[in-house]
Amino acid sequence: MSAAEAIPTLPTPEGGDQTHALRSGSFWGDVFRRVRKNPAAWVGAVVVLAFILVAVLAPLLAPYPELATPGREYLRPTSLPGIGEIPEFPLGIDRFGGDVVSKLIWGAQASLIIGVVSTFFGLVGGMVLGAIAGAFGGWVDTLIMRIVDILLSVPHLLLAVSIAAILGRTPLAVMIAIGVAQIPIFARLLRSSMLQQRESDYVLAARTLGLGTGRVTMSHLLPNSVGPVIVQATLTLATAVIDAAALSFLGLGGGRPETAEWGRMLTYAQAELAIAPQLAFLPGICIMITALGFTLLGEALREAMDPRTRKR
Amino acid sequence: MLRTIGKRLLLLIPTLFGLTVLLFFWVRALPGGPAAALLGERATPEAIERINEAYGFNRPLPEQYITWLGRLLQGDFGNSIETRRPVLEEFANRFPATVELAVMALIIAVGIGIPLGYWAARHHGRFIDHISVAGSLVGITIPVFFLAFILKWIFAVQLGWLPSTGRQDRGVDATHVTGFYVLDGLLTGELDASLNAIVHLLLPAIALATIPLAIIVRITRASVLEVVNADYVRTGRAKGIAQSTIRNRFVLRNAMLPVVTTIGLQAGLLISGAVLTETVFAFPGIGAFLAGAIFARDFPVLQGFVLFIALSYALINLLVDISYSFIDPRVRIQ
Repeated sequence: MSAAEAIPTLPTPEGGDQTHALRSGSFWGDVFRRVRKNPAAWVGAVVVLAFILVAVLAPLLAPYPELATPGREYLRPTSLPGIGEIPEFPLGIDRFGGDVVSKLIWGAQASLIIGVVSTFFGLVGGMVLGAIAGAFGGWVDTLIMRIVDILLSVPHLLLAVSIAAILGRTPLAVMIAIGVAQIPIFARLLRSSMLQQRESDYVLAARTLGLGTGRVTMSHLLPNSVGPVIVQATLTLATAVIDAAALSFLGLGGGRPETAEWGRMLTYAQAELAIAPQLAFLPGICIMITALGFTLLGEALREAMDPRTRKR
Repeated sequence: MLRTIGKRLLLLIPTLFGLTVLLFFWVRALPGGPAAALLGERATPEAIERINEAYGFNRPLPEQYITWLGRLLQGDFGNSIETRRPVLEEFANRFPATVELAVMALIIAVGIGIPLGYWAARHHGRFIDHISVAGSLVGITIPVFFLAFILKWIFAVQLGWLPSTGRQDRGVDATHVTGFYVLDGLLTGELDASLNAIVHLLLPAIALATIPLAIIVRITRASVLEVVNADYVRTGRAKGIAQSTIRNRFVLRNAMLPVVTTIGLQAGLLISGAVLTETVFAFPGIGAFLAGAIFARDFPVLQGFVLFIALSYALINLLVDISYSFIDPRVRIQ
């Protein structure tokens, strides 16, 4: 930084924002500004926002209720009406006679709930474990990290499948299973991030002031270590949607077969791949676009928080 | 070097031991139990009792665990409840299939990923770079089984170019020596059998390779970008060293460390993906069998297979760590 820039000046219309950024000093303010400048983040944000809107407004947007089968009269053993064949059902109907448009919209709601709830489970579980390991260190740390290592040595989809199998085939079980399978990753991330912070001067200062482990952890270590965890949570929202679809595909979804859920729709489409490929393509593309949105947003956050690219 | 490898192998023992404890109680937490799953509709309390008696499932849990561990140490993994054959045999029959699939997927992922990542980095900020970045993002977010569907639909159902299921056509005259069908064909000189096995591997391997491919492209690109502006590369250029030497010995070799780490980490991902791809393509590997074992509550299979998978995963990561010191002599493994 040159001497001229160090002198406080009012932000100018052209480059003013940047000089201001360097002085404002707030980590999250800086991150937010950098994310805003990233076009990929905008694409991600628009996709995520659209997805959330569709999911929340599903009861208003969807032409038919979730489990309704208004197209039953059009069902034929050898064919299913496809895209644009019946004006009432622009994207055709599925094997139950359900309207595909409605099901895709209701599916967005199901995916949002799955993504948020399972990420929440993973996040909370991982943060508690990671924080305990990172704050106490020593044998507590060793024990927790050994368990985390053991869990990581089991492929995470198998972990999720076996947890879902233990909890029974209900939608909540699937969410818990996906969330729990993410715990080791969150725990690892938070712990390593906290270990870095533990050695820093401000933590030493806080300890010197006589603050206890709990206080130092809650008000100093945690707030400064959650960055990577938040990024991971954004990315996990994407994988959770995909994982839920995979569990549904393996027959662990639970609920009624005509439930509007993208993974479930894909699973049933398998049998009709030859006569109605759109039934597989449409939910598959929905899963992809949603996952892409969250990934773009998460990547932009990660980039904005990376100390090597920050302050450039 | 040998000492550190020995130490790492010794460290594996407590991890695997911990896993046996977790695995044992975990598997027993599955509701229903193997007897009910095996008998299905025919499950009467007496029949269930008979099966539990035969397999020792009615004994106290700690006793069951000790018995299992004792046999394990003697190399006896027990018998599958569903197929009644030894777990070791079931594993040996299916493991080569999954290894072939995973190796094929890795060949595709590494063979395309590293050159593509390098290429993208060399054209940093240009159209080709943007395309590869966008493409790799799509690759990461595409659900494996959805891609498997699409591939199957296009190349097997619509075009009929490639087979959609199995490891080898039934009509092919093949002698199986090792269980690795591609290798068997080469060993016995039955090249058409080898080729047939490769053709069967293509679609599932492409589906399985997508995510690792996308990740390898991204890591290679980022890593090359970091190295390419290093002072020693500029010095090399200034000295007039041939472009190919700079690329191979200066840039790629130094950029490979994170890439190799990533490839090692893909091992777990490949197994998760294999469960799905093997299911879609009816490929007789460990993934699909393991998923079936969860539903059948086949305790011995679950316990044995997961242990093997964890062991191979740990060994792969050890190999990756060892390879560091070959790629970068400055790295000393501890």
